[in-house]
Amino acid sequence: MQLAVWTYEGPPHVGAMRVATAMNGMHYVLHAPQGDTYADLLFTMIERRGKRPPVTYTTFQARDLGKDTAGIFQNAARQAYDRFTPQALLVGASCTAELIQDDPAGLAEALNLPCPVIPLELPSYQRKENWGAAETFYRVVRQLVDKDVRPAPREGRRPLVNLLGPCALGFRHRDDVAEVRKLLGTLGIDVNCVAPLDAAPDDIRTLGRADFNIVLYPEIGGEAARWLDQALAQPAIRTVPIGVGATREFIEEVSALAGVEPSAALADAESRMPWWSRSVDSTYLTGKRVFIFGDATHAIAAARIAHEELGFEICGLGCYNREFAREMRRAAALYGVEPLITDDHLEVEDAILNASPELVLGTQMERHIAKRFGIPCAVISSPVHVQDFPARHSPQMGFEGANVIFDTWVHPLVMGLEEHLLTMFRDDFEFSDAAGPSHLHGSARHTDREAGTTTTLQEVRSDGELAEARPADLAIIWTAEAEQELRKVPFFVRGKVRRNTEAFATAQGRGAVDLATLYDAKAHYAR
Amino acid sequence: MSADSTLVAPSSGCATTSQPEILRQRGQREVFCGLTGIIWLHRKMQDAFFLVVGSRTCAHLLQSAAGVMIFAEPRFATAIIEERDLAGMADCQDELDRIVDRLLVRRPEIRTLFLVGSCPSEVIKLDLGKAAQRLGVKFGGRTRILNYSGSGIETTFTEGEDACLTSLVPEMPAASAAEAQNLLVIGALPDIVEDQFRRLFTELGIATVDFLPAKRMADLPKVGPNTVFLLAQPFLTETTGALQRRGAKRLDALFPFGAEGTTDWLRAAAEAFGVDRIHFNRVVAPGRERAKRAIAHCRDRLEGKRITFLPDSQLELPLARFLATELGMVPVEVGTPYLNRELNARELALLPAATRLSEGQDVDLQLDRVRADRPDLTVCGLGLANPLEAEGLSTKWAIELVFSPIHGFEQAGDLAELFARPLRRRDILRV
Repeated sequence: MQLAVWTYEGPPHVGAMRVATAMNGMHYVLHAPQGDTYADLLFTMIERRGKRPPVTYTTFQARDLGKDTAGIFQNAARQAYDRFTPQALLVGASCTAELIQDDPAGLAEALNLPCPVIPLELPSYQRKENWGAAETFYRVVRQLVDKDVRPAPREGRRPLVNLLGPCALGFRHRDDVAEVRKLLGTLGIDVNCVAPLDAAPDDIRTLGRADFNIVLYPEIGGEAARWLDQALAQPAIRTVPIGVGATREFIEEVSALAGVEPSAALADAESRMPWWSRSVDSTYLTGKRVFIFGDATHAIAAARIAHEELGFEICGLGCYNREFAREMRRAAALYGVEPLITDDHLEVEDAILNASPELVLGTQMERHIAKRFGIPCAVISSPVHVQDFPARHSPQMGFEGANVIFDTWVHPLVMGLEEHLLTMFRDDFEFSDAAGPSHLHGSARHTDREAGTTTTLQEVRSDGELAEARPADLAIIWTAEAEQELRKVPFFVRGKVRRNTEAFATAQGRGAVDLATLYDAKAHYAR
Repeated sequence: MSADSTLVAPSSGCATTSQPEILRQRGQREVFCGLTGIIWLHRKMQDAFFLVVGSRTCAHLLQSAAGVMIFAEPRFATAIIEERDLAGMADCQDELDRIVDRLLVRRPEIRTLFLVGSCPSEVIKLDLGKAAQRLGVKFGGRTRILNYSGSGIETTFTEGEDACLTSLVPEMPAASAAEAQNLLVIGALPDIVEDQFRRLFTELGIATVDFLPAKRMADLPKVGPNTVFLLAQPFLTETTGALQRRGAKRLDALFPFGAEGTTDWLRAAAEAFGVDRIHFNRVVAPGRERAKRAIAHCRDRLEGKRITFLPDSQLELPLARFLATELGMVPVEVGTPYLNRELNARELALLPAATRLSEGQDVDLQLDRVRADRPDLTVCGLGLANPLEAEGLSTKWAIELVFSPIHGFEQAGDLAELFARPLRRRDILRV
């Protein structure tokens, strides 16, 4: 057993729901007890869909166990077909139904429904949401693709591609697709099918018409693309165009495979990010310590942007999906950090505290961790809450995506001038670091109000100090003078300085930290 | 002015036929399981921890339902069953011991630990009762270990609270037959509501009043043959039985929603304690008048409007009664996941005769009825609310009725406002 308060990923059948909900004309009959319908509200509330997910739950109850759960499943499947007349039907079991061992595949086959039935085997006690989505999409593709449909001869027509991976409940999938379509349009390439998002089973049948595939999200589309490569010899582009550099590489790879001229797309006038990053305003971003965590694809892409395009220093990099551990290790090696591959948010929290970053890029969970410790944060990956399914156009991919990313990441940081003022006038009442950056200040006060206490500037400071969690057994005394000096260190590295100094003092056998120890330690750790 | 009931059962009310006809359908149910009760129960019981023994799905449900609450070091968690746990039962019990050990070392302030059963743990017949007993011996004197099931195969949404409170009843100290009559109020209420009721009972002269659940589990109230109890919530069927088996007597009353419901509920207690009628009226009148004034603000918007309840929490019947008798709304269909006729007898008697009652659900058929009825307002869960809005039907999402303070005189206006707000919003939007 594993003790969990919060999970980065849902169970695999939620991944299957994401594929079913993304598609048109697909229906999913899920053998599941009462209550599993909670997952509907991820789609209707977080993604704000105006339609119910196309999922029928069998809703068996305790009194049904051991008698007619199989009959209940067959009734539900038949009624779902009659009501929704889907082009294809997915059938499978949730975690509880997996235990009672009805066989959805066999039961559905016995019904002889007049549409393809795609059985799903999703091991709930081993695998998770992303795997469930990838497996479901792979099964759909494998069963529905017509292998006789092949690309038309190239003469006299534009290249044709499929976009694989965009899904329901995907982080910015809607806008990424729009952005990539636009980019392909500039290159003179047509899109045959985007799948699973907005694709019907009939569209899946004709995937073979495309010259090649573009895998936008390897977590969901990777498996299906691998199979299409084997079965139809349809090559796949796996470079994910998140960031300016990755987008350029993507354009070049796609152009080479399609045999088109890339220069028009590469010279995108809408790409403002490189100049924004080079302008002197951004100089203060140099060497900012950033901690990155999310799904592997977004985290790896973010690390490259942080390193090459914004001049940050990467002090931590990790992902929660083990399936992509190899890719993550390779990326972490590039930046000389230890890869963090875990689905335990407490481990991530410890790693963040140890790394003492000035910016955290992560999921909804890291947003909350960062808020607790007063560290600026931006969201780069699922799982996300409702505010990250925005009304406005906000892709992560392509040149517009890079523009969006620049704004999103820089916004939570203390603006350069503000930081300068904090250092220059640290004892001035308006700029004292106890006042915190203006945009974080509001939330700090808010948190305190929720806790039912009144807040003064002084208390905000002492709250910030809480972030410097240290083991109780390290009872090293600080002289008042040294403590005062420590206050002058910017708040976001203060915890690290305190820990380093104490470690140094302990190693040196000094019982107390005075001014000299503080600066000796600083010299010791100087890079 | 008299505080005697001014509620007139509509002459053709559901009461006139002794057994009103109820539509019973089964099929897909769009409802929560009982685990969801943990979200509000753990806020109420401040020294209790809820450990769900279940799957990743259970953990995912809790985090989806708890929203941002999950990040405030909440007092609930899931022991996620993994593949190797499914191999053998003894192993499972060892694993559970290991997790409980780790948990109680980290959180020594926990006085009561609930092991909460889920669908997977029930299906593999993991004996949580035995586990609770074993761990109870180990942690005896420090942490009480109890268990109940919040699984979807056995419980619907608020029934999780019923199961939890039922597990507490055997833990309540015994009151002897010689002790004076005491009053219990059963059902988790927001603190502010509990305090209001406490003040009212004190003014009425009912001295010994306790609430279950209590804020601190160490303060579990006494129960015995001289105990009478009032249900603050309609979904407490099992708890009622358990209390009755310990000799306590249930006071029959409307549930305390709105001016009239609250008056009737208080009167049941006053009568049981022989409170003078004039004194009762004097104590209750100010709150009752305030409630009526507050409700009146919404009356224009709600009067004559047709409302349908989809099944969710068992609060549907009492709320439909409140909206019909005090705000002039017209209930079209009132769906409930489970209908306890005995506990709801007085509520049923006040519903208009034309009301269609339904118990259980086949969600697709029920939505067909909603589309045919086209009520002005549909009370439903979050999985259905936006899709119905997209079809042009105004909705009120039901979960809010469980999370907001809605009981008693002082909340009557807020309760009416919860139903009026979606309609007002529909009228003011120009996009």
